[in-house]
Amino acid sequence: MTLSKILTAAASVSALLSSAAYADTTLNALFMSQAAYSEDNIKDMTASFEAANPGTKVALEFVPYEALHDKIIAAAGAGDDGYDVVLFDVIWPAEFAERGFLTDVTDRIPSDLNNQIFDGAWTTVGYDDRHFGMPWILDTKYLFYNKEILAKAGFDTPPATWDDVLTQSRAVKDKGLVEYPLVWSWSQSEAMICDFTTLTAANNGTFFVDGEPSFETGGAKAALDYMQTSLHDGLTNPASLEYIEEDVRRVFSSGDAAFAMNWTYMNALVNDPAESQVAGKIGVMAAPGVSGISEASAVNGSMGLGIPSNSPHADEAWAYISHLTQRPVQEEYATLSLPIWKQSYEEAAVTDGQEELVAAADKSIAVMFPRPLVASYTEVSSILQKNIHSALLGQTSSEEALAAAAKRVARIR
Amino acid sequence: MSALTRTKEKWVLLAPAIIVLSLISLAPFLQTVWASFTDAEITALERNSTWIGFENYAYALTDPDFIAALGRTIYFTVVSVGLEGVLGIAVALLLNQKLRGRLFLRVIIILPWAVPTIVNAVAWRLIYHPDYGALNSLLLQLGLIDEYTSWLGDPDWALNMVILADVWKNFPLVAYIALAALQTIPSDLLKAASIEGAGAWKRFRSITLPWIIGPMMVVLILRTIEAFRVFDIIYVMTRGGPADGTKTASFYVYQEYFSYLRSGSGASYAVLVAGISAVLILAYYAGMRRSSQGV
Repeated sequence: MTLSKILTAAASVSALLSSAAYADTTLNALFMSQAAYSEDNIKDMTASFEAANPGTKVALEFVPYEALHDKIIAAAGAGDDGYDVVLFDVIWPAEFAERGFLTDVTDRIPSDLNNQIFDGAWTTVGYDDRHFGMPWILDTKYLFYNKEILAKAGFDTPPATWDDVLTQSRAVKDKGLVEYPLVWSWSQSEAMICDFTTLTAANNGTFFVDGEPSFETGGAKAALDYMQTSLHDGLTNPASLEYIEEDVRRVFSSGDAAFAMNWTYMNALVNDPAESQVAGKIGVMAAPGVSGISEASAVNGSMGLGIPSNSPHADEAWAYISHLTQRPVQEEYATLSLPIWKQSYEEAAVTDGQEELVAAADKSIAVMFPRPLVASYTEVSSILQKNIHSALLGQTSSEEALAAAAKRVARIR
Repeated sequence: MSALTRTKEKWVLLAPAIIVLSLISLAPFLQTVWASFTDAEITALERNSTWIGFENYAYALTDPDFIAALGRTIYFTVVSVGLEGVLGIAVALLLNQKLRGRLFLRVIIILPWAVPTIVNAVAWRLIYHPDYGALNSLLLQLGLIDEYTSWLGDPDWALNMVILADVWKNFPLVAYIALAALQTIPSDLLKAASIEGAGAWKRFRSITLPWIIGPMMVVLILRTIEAFRVFDIIYVMTRGGPADGTKTASFYVYQEYFSYLRSGSGASYAVLVAGISAVLILAYYAGMRRSSQGV
């Protein structure tokens, strides 16, 4: 890192920090304990914040991603005893902003940061031209592939399109290299919607047009058809219908799959011999596109840090958020989650040892596709999850499943 | 002491319990019923809720997914409580026999009930795991399956596998109550029946079962109430999947409140679930009364 870059980063941090010292305050902070930064990463970042801010302590709480939304809601009625800092997903700002759960921090963010941070990251915290937090985790799902298995199947290059993924998978299966070449997190959960969104983006599909569901036809239907085909043809591991991301990582790390879709964090872990039997044999790329339609595809799976509106320690909370989101800290912990800062991708601290991932990120970030940014997203997602799962289980066709979902979405109050 | 004084004394003695019950049970229930007729929402903003009559109930009762969830909940309750009753009595009969290690067996049999529901759910999720679950390993070694199966990912199996986990945890309670009741049966009565030529099944049907039916009804009512509001074990094991195949009525209550933030609507779902529970309990009481009257 050059001196000028260090100074720029320091200036940004100083600008973010609204005041210097806070006395004897304990902040309650809520994080998730899966994907992106590890618990140890967050504890270390917090320790450095506490060292730099004597008198301010942070009580950390980690919950599974699935519990994060409801925890934030439940704590909103806890008055001063709620959380001071919460991690929230890109799909919630509309809902949280409309109901006043998060503090509007637009005026705390220096305007010169706007161009230093990726647009996809800002989407994470934005609603109605206001900011309800700072982006922290810039993430999307990448396509991981096992180079050794692909080489044995006769492929020297990874797939260029989603059809290629099926073609290569068929070859892998036909040669008996693995029983199920593809593994996904397709349990009835948001993780499945992320894969569905990626495939929808690849097929140039949409979720809503002029406020009306548009996912019954076009790219979204093509996405579901693709998912069904891969299962029907025995290319996708059927246990995917029960898997979340950690299951995918474990199966892929055991060498039992040729392809896997997962978040950034898997790159470091699947290449760690202590965690993986296929370390050093793995490639990572932006999820491919569809011939004649797209070059690459990605879902915006970013997350941000915000201050619940009932927090009595907004200034201290903002100082903590500023610390966690600053460039030097993000660059120091860039193996499990890539930084939100554009310039970080030119830093050796970020790129060294994970050049493939950074190249994939460069491609993915440019095409990150959002899930519907509507206040009722949680319900929309729940409806889609149920109906898509029905189609994947063979209980109904893709047409019927998506039509049923659209009908149910129209009933949302 | 006059009848009037006795009546007053009863009310004075009951007053503390009535006050406590009113505060912790009746008041929240009435508040929930009131909320169920409003469009109340969970929000951090100032917002007055509006009275909307039966709109929430109409919405819930015309929701095919909720109706399906009610059916699933009834299935879960009937199968789960039924199996716990049969297994509980069978184990109690065994533990009531004079056999070596009886005390040890009586101690370890209670262990599943002592395990917290969440821990039980996580443990069974691991047992059912499609890749390294103990159940798959056992069944494969016994030659009962050809390949590892995704038990919780298969809509035909998922709810039944959750029921199995629930039965394992809760049958010891039924067994202990049944055992306590069995120990009150005069041994002379059973001996006399035996001398008169009554077989084991005849003795069980004519003496044992009628003798223990009262305590059994109490524990089965308790279990029915618990089973009908089942949520935690499903939240941990399947989160309602696959394709809503394990989503129960209480899951809808939770979802309406905390996921969709419609507290008024959530209250109407909660009242409906509580109402159906009450009907089931009344049916038990009616059955109990009929059996105690020898009808």
